[in-house]
Amino acid sequence: MDRRADASAPSMSVDLTTVKKIASLARIAVGEAEAEALVPELNGILHWVEQLGEVDVTGIEPMTAVIPNTLRLRDDVVTDGNVRDKVLANAPQAEHGFFAVPKVIE
Amino acid sequence: MTVLTDLTVAQIRDGFRAGDFSARDVAEAFNANVAAAKALNAFIVETPEQALTAADQADKDRAAGALKPLSGVPIGMKDLFCTQDVQTTAASHMLEGFKPTYESFVSQKLWDAGAGMLGKLNLDQFAMGSSNETSYFGNVISPWRRNDGGNAALAPGGSSGGSSAAIAARLCPAATGTDTGGSIRQPAAFTGISGIKPTYGRCSRWGVVAFASSLDQAGPMARDVRDCAIMLENMAGFDPRDATSLDLPVPQWESGLSSDLKGKRVGIPKEYRVDGMPAEIEALWNQGMAWLKDAGAEIVEVSLPHTSYALPTYYIIAPAEASSNLARYDGVRYGLRDLPDGANLQDMYAATRAAGFGPEVKRRIIIGTYVLSAGYYDAYFTQACKVRALIARDFEEAFKRCDVLLTPTAPSAAFALGEKQADPLAMYLNDVFTVPASLAGIPAMSVPAGLSNEGLPLGLQIIGPALGEQAVLNAGLAIEERAGFTARAEKWW
Repeated sequence: MDRRADASAPSMSVDLTTVKKIASLARIAVGEAEAEALVPELNGILHWVEQLGEVDVTGIEPMTAVIPNTLRLRDDVVTDGNVRDKVLANAPQAEHGFFAVPKVIE
Repeated sequence: MTVLTDLTVAQIRDGFRAGDFSARDVAEAFNANVAAAKALNAFIVETPEQALTAADQADKDRAAGALKPLSGVPIGMKDLFCTQDVQTTAASHMLEGFKPTYESFVSQKLWDAGAGMLGKLNLDQFAMGSSNETSYFGNVISPWRRNDGGNAALAPGGSSGGSSAAIAARLCPAATGTDTGGSIRQPAAFTGISGIKPTYGRCSRWGVVAFASSLDQAGPMARDVRDCAIMLENMAGFDPRDATSLDLPVPQWESGLSSDLKGKRVGIPKEYRVDGMPAEIEALWNQGMAWLKDAGAEIVEVSLPHTSYALPTYYIIAPAEASSNLARYDGVRYGLRDLPDGANLQDMYAATRAAGFGPEVKRRIIIGTYVLSAGYYDAYFTQACKVRALIARDFEEAFKRCDVLLTPTAPSAAFALGEKQADPLAMYLNDVFTVPASLAGIPAMSVPAGLSNEGLPLGLQIIGPALGEQAVLNAGLAIEERAGFTARAEKWW
């Protein structure tokens, strides 16, 4: 969608339902009061960033690298590993050399 | 008698080499200052034993004639750098108790150069903030106070606020910082010290807790320009483990220092003359131009037409990248887990992230999730990435006409804690002069240049083209020599 094309359209804004949906997508539990407080805050920020819609970006490619830098290839050899206990060292729950999580399949 | 904690990195290094004092003397002096400064809350973890161990090694190395570049110099480490077996929190509850099993590239490089660690420095939570008020471990208090006789607690800037406060209070001669939108430069300006964000890719991000990967860049903070050059030489370098690390030799920035700017052109971006700029900031900027002219430079006006779009661009791109980066905190592999009774895996994720992240971090993750969500991705994120390309192009055009740019670092002196907390937007506006260089990935530094009417430090910013750290440092040195900034916070802590 071209933002400039719909510059006359009402600006996008979020409501309580949207905030709850986005929080759920972000896997952050929010209470009713917290979600209500977020609505005007997010709308304030979103309204402010919408000014970018007025910039003419015709023919401009999105910037993907700040310094032109081709991705390097390295030799296809193992350079790391055999550090299971280090990997698990900070796990909230590790059992039998694995990360443990609540039951996923009923 | 020399007060060891008043010495700069260069003075400590050289005095130690000359045999004027031992490394242990230096480490003990700084350890004592750290221990006596709890009121500033600059450190999350103090590591006096590590500082002494490194000092003893330096003393042995000196006896054996095996000196390293930073032998005898103890430093502070921002708590965003993973340090092996030492708690690394990013000032979050999420990572409270996290003890990395590995060392970040930058910190390892500093230890290999002979530096010792005094402790892990407080910051805004996950480096998100401009005042150090979002830390889970409490606010850092600036050592500075206004000259009105009051004792209002002032912000040390953010996110590297522990680093800036600790250096200004002489708790360490130098520290690491990281800069995503101004997190080295703004705190440096607020506390009367120097700091440089190098070109994106100079310092490896490996082992640095990620905020916004296309913007995050480590850099040094210290009392003067020379110390920044010394520190940066020992932080920068190619690292194959960071895909965006620059595979280039590290220049010898310290020996390249020269404040003679004859033949150099300094650009003044006219768009940085923002509405409502305080008169004292404008006067300082004019003074900076006069100093650089005195150093031999020619002043030219340049235009960066997309400047006003930099902040909104940043506040789309940074939260978008943060929402992606911080998805890793799931309560499974490391960090906090909150598992309510009877909760399933999805409930556990949501509960863990609700308990582990502070309000500003949640706000940014939610904004980021929204701008990346289906239907809004192009309108917000792609558009921001295109405007970012225009902002970078503005700088490229400007640097065809000049060698460096001169601007104020921040739109005001330090504000009081709590003053801007109610309104996220007012806080974001503090980064108006620092964010554009971050988006373009180019080097920029802040040097102390004067005091405000309230007696608080003010900084000037020098911005250079990609890989132009030497030109930035040299212009910074020219200002430093002429500003003669010797003010320091009177000890109250």
